[in-house]
Amino acid sequence: MEENIIQVENLSKSFDISSKKPGLKGTLKHFFKRETRSIEIIKNITFGIKKGEIVGFLGANGAGKTTILKILCGLIYPSQGKLSVTGNLPYKRRPNFLKNITLIMGQKQQLIWDLPPIESFYLNAAIYDIDKFEAKKRIKQLSDMLEIEKELYIPVRKLSLGQRMKSELLAALIHKPNILFLDEPTLGLDINAQRNLRKFLQIYNKETDATICLTSHYMKDITSLCKRVICIHEGCLTYDGKLEKLLKKISPVKDILFICKTDKDAKELSNSGFIIKNQNQKEITITIKKDSIKSTLKKILNKFEIEDLYINEPPVDEIIGNILVKEKV
Amino acid sequence: MFNLNKHKLITLLKVQYSNMLEYRVEIALWAVSGIIPFFMLNIWTNNNLNESINLSNVMLSRYFLSAFFVRQFSVVWVVFTFEEDALLGKISPYLIQPLNPFFRYLAQHIAEQITRFPFAIIIALIFFLINPESLWIPSLNLFLLACISTFFSFLIQFLIQSIIACFCFWTEKASSIERLLFIPTLFLSGLLAPVISFPEYVKSWIYITPFPYLIDFPANILSGNNTNIISGFFMQIFWISVLFPIFKRTWSLGTKKYTAMGS
Repeated sequence: MEENIIQVENLSKSFDISSKKPGLKGTLKHFFKRETRSIEIIKNITFGIKKGEIVGFLGANGAGKTTILKILCGLIYPSQGKLSVTGNLPYKRRPNFLKNITLIMGQKQQLIWDLPPIESFYLNAAIYDIDKFEAKKRIKQLSDMLEIEKELYIPVRKLSLGQRMKSELLAALIHKPNILFLDEPTLGLDINAQRNLRKFLQIYNKETDATICLTSHYMKDITSLCKRVICIHEGCLTYDGKLEKLLKKISPVKDILFICKTDKDAKELSNSGFIIKNQNQKEITITIKKDSIKSTLKKILNKFEIEDLYINEPPVDEIIGNILVKEKV
Repeated sequence: MFNLNKHKLITLLKVQYSNMLEYRVEIALWAVSGIIPFFMLNIWTNNNLNESINLSNVMLSRYFLSAFFVRQFSVVWVVFTFEEDALLGKISPYLIQPLNPFFRYLAQHIAEQITRFPFAIIIALIFFLINPESLWIPSLNLFLLACISTFFSFLIQFLIQSIIACFCFWTEKASSIERLLFIPTLFLSGLLAPVISFPEYVKSWIYITPFPYLIDFPANILSGNNTNIISGFFMQIFWISVLFPIFKRTWSLGTKKYTAMGS
């Protein structure tokens, strides 16, 4: 059996957070005596990830997804638990470990603002002990894949958000990491840029067999990249498995749009006790449980004059949105 | 050592120098703003204070010009940059690279010094035009020793500020601690007055602190004033070797407390 490249056991992380009440009284009290409390952001989480997997971390804001990524890449220390990434303790930040990973944060940048990205790429290449010839080759290869050849020589501050994000990605991948930690990599990008980035990540994963851990609030990122998802709710792991299975489990219904022949049929259908999701004159959308689709369809088709029908899955965003606020999946 | 090699060092310096050139006007203004020793020279000579320390006007003006040069090439601001980067989470990407982020700051400082160089020369030329009698060319040996002691002075200040910067991991506003050091640095470093002008009992205490080795010692070497070169270098090396392990320990403890706020 293939060994996990990332192994996490009973991982917990707490932060000390000080709070202040509003007003002058609160300010004075805060000045003389700070009230700090410990908040457990990650609670006893266990999971393993195999080489080459693309895993999506799902959860509402503040659920703890980004904290998990930060612990896995060695940026912050865990409070409790065991973890191993490529056989290393991430928080030790050994050079050999750091040369194998990368972290991309949608809202943070490492490129030097006033210089063209190419300068940051050569700097990163030097930091990762890549010689100039090899660095040149990799920059060419990655910039072709990301389609940013023209932007390499323009100061970062003059680039669009999409161009900047692609440049960030190139800077983060120049050392060919085996594990990518991506924290909302498509944040703020337009639809085309998001699609291109996803395409690039799919190709990168296929060509290098890199492991990718991803958090995103854009469900398209998750559905098009991740076969497996880990759901986090208030620091606890609530689901770890295939995305497809999760969607089936969470959404045991389908929406069916019936186009009735007459207004009379439409009226009768809407009053016959089914769950009506939408109605627009002769068009009625009914939500039906997946296990009773056959019998219900038979009943409706026999009883009413139906001109046409369409079977739809409920939008993935809607389903996942429901997962994010659930304690147990 | 420290995962740093020649290739990394040269690339770091080249990139940071390119970056600093983007701010050349700002750096020129900073260079001009460092003319405090010239004001002090004016106060000293106008009030004939130099007589009390047995230094001629020419020697005193050479001392303050040297102090200006030493200051130009030993200015440190790492605590302010680091504080901002740590509080906004900007250091996160650098922390997971196989090079301590302080090397980036070190390279920024050295690149800034290189950028300052032509402006400092222009200011010196203007100074000599106004005070032609102060013109002097130090011997090559003294010049090299002054360069080395200025670099050591820069290292001492860089290490002190880096240690304070690491307190960001605990207090978040570490730069306020640095401000506590501003007054002793200003008065005891030799920026406002040569340390020989202090009373004997004060001098005996000052010389065991790192302050007189920041400006006074290198400025005395460069200007050709009498100074004990061996004990001066010994004290600079002593302070570097005391401060470096403290920095390493503070950094190691601090990064354990890092919460990657703002990212």
